[in-house]
Amino acid sequence: MARLELRNVNKRYGSGLPDTLKSIDLAIDSGEFLILVGPSGCGKSTLMNCIAGLEEISGGEILVDGVDISGMSPKDRDIAMVFQSYALYPTMSVRDNIAFGLKIRKLPQAAIDEEVARVARLLQIEHLLGRKPAQLSGGQQQRVAMGRALARRPRIYLFDEPLSNLDAKLRVEMRTEIKLMHQRLKTTTVYVTHDQIEAMTLGDKVAVMKDGIVQQFGTPQQIYNDPANQFVASFIGSPPMNFIPAQLVRQEGQTMALLDSGQERCALPVTAGEEWLGREVILGIRPEQIIQGSAQGNGLPAITAQVEVTEPTGPDLLVFVTLNGTKVCCRLAPDVRCQIGDSLRLQLDPARVLLFDAGTGERLDRAAVAPQHEHVA
Amino acid sequence: MNSHRLRWFSPSRLAIHGTLLVACAVYLIPLLVMLLTSFKSPDDIRTGNLLSWPEVVTGIGWFKAWDSVGGYFWNSVKITVPAVLASTLIGALNGYVLSMWRFRGSQLFFGLLLFGCFLPFQTVLLPASFTLGKLGLASTTTGLVLVHIVYGLAFTTLFFRNYYCSVPQALVQAARLDGAGFFTIFGRILLPMSLPIIMVCLIWQFTQIWNDFLFGVVFASGDAQPITVALNNLVNTSTGVKEYNVDMAAAMIAGLPTLLVYVVAGKYFLRGLTAGAVKG
Repeated sequence: MARLELRNVNKRYGSGLPDTLKSIDLAIDSGEFLILVGPSGCGKSTLMNCIAGLEEISGGEILVDGVDISGMSPKDRDIAMVFQSYALYPTMSVRDNIAFGLKIRKLPQAAIDEEVARVARLLQIEHLLGRKPAQLSGGQQQRVAMGRALARRPRIYLFDEPLSNLDAKLRVEMRTEIKLMHQRLKTTTVYVTHDQIEAMTLGDKVAVMKDGIVQQFGTPQQIYNDPANQFVASFIGSPPMNFIPAQLVRQEGQTMALLDSGQERCALPVTAGEEWLGREVILGIRPEQIIQGSAQGNGLPAITAQVEVTEPTGPDLLVFVTLNGTKVCCRLAPDVRCQIGDSLRLQLDPARVLLFDAGTGERLDRAAVAPQHEHVA
Repeated sequence: MNSHRLRWFSPSRLAIHGTLLVACAVYLIPLLVMLLTSFKSPDDIRTGNLLSWPEVVTGIGWFKAWDSVGGYFWNSVKITVPAVLASTLIGALNGYVLSMWRFRGSQLFFGLLLFGCFLPFQTVLLPASFTLGKLGLASTTTGLVLVHIVYGLAFTTLFFRNYYCSVPQALVQAARLDGAGFFTIFGRILLPMSLPIIMVCLIWQFTQIWNDFLFGVVFASGDAQPITVALNNLVNTSTGVKEYNVDMAAAMIAGLPTLLVYVVAGKYFLRGLTAGAVKG
């Protein structure tokens, strides 16, 4: 296993075209699981292809254990990849698919047989070895594709949206299996996905990308609790974070954000520089950070709002109200009794409310830390 | 809505089947006439009508035909087999490069190559004979084979390129990461999955080259001419009595190989022409 470091990686397709990747700086330690997540067209797959060597970078360095591999051909990089379409060789049996890379590298037949057997046992596909890919289900093809990557024991594994072709149930199962596999084998892995649940559950580190730029790089907890900007905050989390436009004012010697439900007004103490007073900002509040107001006062600011829609999901009850003219989702306990039209008392923890610049989407209350310097505590 | 299933003797069915039978007859009766005539004796031909059964079935026409065109039959084999194999293989390689290893201008290259499909035979006669002359291959079988290969490349490249365009690029990428090189990927991954399109190419090229007359009459001379030219010479002889049984037998000999190829590989031909995406 190896340490992977990207330094100032750039990629552009033509001199007149905008950069596809802009100054990517990422680093993961040996055995870590890196997630590249972002909407379609954000450059995450391009970045992965650049690491694999399928596409050349226009600038920067890709270091594996301190050695720049960006000039090497794919076969010399010792990297294995699992493709979204699995890309199993259709005319070969499962056994030959797994053994192909080993045969190319001219391993002795005995070693190849042993390795195929090991991988097949690991992935529980021993009974499928004689079949052709077309005779396998989607989940089985997925396993074979992983087996082909595992067989070579490469220094780095790349996964390109490996679960997106599976149905919902199988996707959850395979997600857990990939995590288990990683915990057992401790392989350095880069995993591309557009699914924020996969990003949160699988990754040791997550890089959220948009328009070829890494918006934030950190642990899943950092990304979730302390997003760098409104894009990251909106991309991670389901149901997504509420963004409520609000005025900042000075009241009782404190900076306050004003909320109005149409029934009641309330002031939320926040931390922001003097220069923001009197201006409109965006409050970011996650649905689970809005709680039902309790009878005994706990000191948290409260506001009464009218219930507009309820969505019982089973474990939660999602309630939608309007604050400052914006629809706001609250994730409440399933046993909360409320009807559409009811007035509901809600409380917010000001300490967990995030503030964003309404123009740029940047955080106001977050010290500007260069993302690559964040590390797991 | 299957309660009113069409019965085969309903008026519309009868009309359809009747039309198809007539169409079959239009194509098959000439073949039947040829077959019948080839087994008749010259006297028989003079007295009977076209569709009458031979009075005495005799193979004399076939023996005489083989005596006059047999040598040219092997000429045609010597021309067709290498030309078909070479043009198919090179076409496959071209298609592989044009679909999986695109380079700057490869689309333009492909477009220009496609143009070759629409070039009439006549337009290439002079340039080709000039080139063959420069290469010292004028009036040789090798020269004729070369002309057939070059002329066929436009078609074979088109076939393979379009077939490989439906193959996911990820297959090639996976093989590259597995350590396979340009030719290993071609030989081990793509060629094994190309059977239908190889068959299409073989049938197409075989039919084109075996049936070719113009290139054969221009670029081959004397004893090296293909069977199509020999057949023409035989049939157009103006001396002596017309031996229709020999003519018909010779024409059958000239036509049989293409018929045979289609019968043997025809199922792949249809499959290859209609092949959609090949998924792993």
